[in-house]
Amino acid sequence: MQGYNFAYLDEQTKRMIRRAILKAVAIPGHQVPFAGREMPLPYGWGTGGIQVTAAIIGATDVLKVIDQGADDTTNAVSIRQFFARTAGVQTTTHTAEASLIQTRHRIPERPLREDQIIVYQVPMPEPLYRLEPSRASARRMHAMADYGPMQVKLYEDITRFGRVAVSYDHPVMVNRRYLMSPSPIPAFDNPKLHLMPALQLFGAGREKRIYAVPPYTAVVSLDFEDRPFDPVRAPALCALCGADDTYLDEIVIDDRGGRMFACSDTDHCAANRADLP
Amino acid sequence: MTPLLQARGLTHRFGRVPALDDVSLLLRRHEILAIVGESGSGKTTLLNVLSGRLAPQSGDVLFHDGSAALSLAARGEIAVRKLQRARWGYVAQDPRAALRLDITAGGNIGERLMASGARNYAEIRATASRWLEAVEIDPQRLDDLPRTFSGGMLQRLQIAATLVTDPELVFMDEPTGGLDVSVQARILDLIRSLVRRLGLAVLLVTHDIGVARLLADRLIVMRHGRIVEHGLTDQVLDDPHHEYTQLLVASVLPA
Ligand SMILES: Nc1ncnc2c1ncn2[C@@H]1O[C@H](COP(=O)(O)OP(=O)(O)OP(=O)(O)O)[C@@H](O)[C@H]1O
Ligand SMILES: [Mg+2]
Ligand SMILES: [Zn+2]
Repeated sequence: MQGYNFAYLDEQTKRMIRRAILKAVAIPGHQVPFAGREMPLPYGWGTGGIQVTAAIIGATDVLKVIDQGADDTTNAVSIRQFFARTAGVQTTTHTAEASLIQTRHRIPERPLREDQIIVYQVPMPEPLYRLEPSRASARRMHAMADYGPMQVKLYEDITRFGRVAVSYDHPVMVNRRYLMSPSPIPAFDNPKLHLMPALQLFGAGREKRIYAVPPYTAVVSLDFEDRPFDPVRAPALCALCGADDTYLDEIVIDDRGGRMFACSDTDHCAANRADLP
Repeated sequence: MTPLLQARGLTHRFGRVPALDDVSLLLRRHEILAIVGESGSGKTTLLNVLSGRLAPQSGDVLFHDGSAALSLAARGEIAVRKLQRARWGYVAQDPRAALRLDITAGGNIGERLMASGARNYAEIRATASRWLEAVEIDPQRLDDLPRTFSGGMLQRLQIAATLVTDPELVFMDEPTGGLDVSVQARILDLIRSLVRRLGLAVLLVTHDIGVARLLADRLIVMRHGRIVEHGLTDQVLDDPHHEYTQLLVASVLPA
């Protein structure tokens, strides 16, 4: 990719995105609009996350890219290659080695550190969009902290289905002020958002929004005192490493309906197997 | 009696129509004030301005919250919204527009509780059940969708959903206007007993002199956006001074 600037974006665009990121960090959970650029990838491939990554990546960073926990999907591989080519950075599949992690739909199982940054690809940044299709009204609801209707939705789910109906993208309150979509991570990952030592940045390409959770910020999943947030995990062990504390994918293993459960975080699973006697 | 809400010199035009023309009034704690007048006289506009839903082009509305008498403009949008969510209530003429028909009766009643921070599922349900009983709806209907309710039940549900936060001030715009005459009397009785029992202050818009006579301590009569007469309900209705009030009274009371 000769003729492109470092990490593809021109410096002026990067500065504009960094300003949005700084504002987002200053107001945890608040969605900041930014003038997104066209990227050489279709929306849905994580253009929001890629722009955030491009704005903050430095020559000495070590980049990891995961898609639903895996480093080896087409999407993850092409984003990793994109930055290896345009920024010449080192890449890795090991969570512990990465300084910058771009992710779609998962948080690594291995706890992140203060010297790491995680960038989420976000398809829909507005947690109220199902309740309030008008963006102007949703913005007003955020400004007034008018989150009663969201709590009513949880009330209705519990009343009708016995539990909260969604198992991913479960809304959270950030720093006791802003309602935030954690992006479509499984509810199982929500507790990892809370007081995380790493900086968390969220980029939505189509909706042109950036938001952030600074290190060690309180992130609480919406619930009721007497119906506490309680994410489900498949009641199984990983068939590959035996873990009982990881998020599992159900994998079809043959054409006779055979199935097994295995860690969705492939790097974590491999590390567990390496540790086995 | 202590003042609660005060309007000073409210003026508001829609194009060339003076919907409000220099309106001033005072509502005291625990008082029921009816606003009567013919269609188009500015009643709903006045209620919208008093309840902070519409900013007047001039004049102001003071709310005495027990510690300070500040205008809504000075309090700011966020503070006014907070008042609207709990300490104030608004009962609209059409309960279908005010309620959410796709969520259960309990969810509708619980909404204002949750908006004010209630986070205990069992307590929210218990409170909602009590309020269904208070408005004479079978508590068994707690988990039913309001679309299965009759018009009178919907209005009672709206009243429960409004009063559940124990407001001190309730705005009502023709609360029985859309109902069958046969249902109106029961709802009026319900409103009267709840309002007295809870010690509410109410601003009640109606074009029905009979409703005003039944519920209100005091009355103001509006015409073309101006207050043309005001006073104690019985005094105004038994001895109307303004010729417009005389016409209004004559048009409903049998000679
Ligand atoms: N949004 C608006 N835009 C333009 N004109 C309006 C608007 N709202 C009210 N008006 C006009 O202002 C005047 C007062 O209207 P308002 O709705 O306050 O009357 P009302 O006394 O409540 O009447 P009704 O008994 O029919 O409900 C009327 O002439 C009305 O047409
Ligand atoms: Mg009206
Ligand atoms: Zn495993």
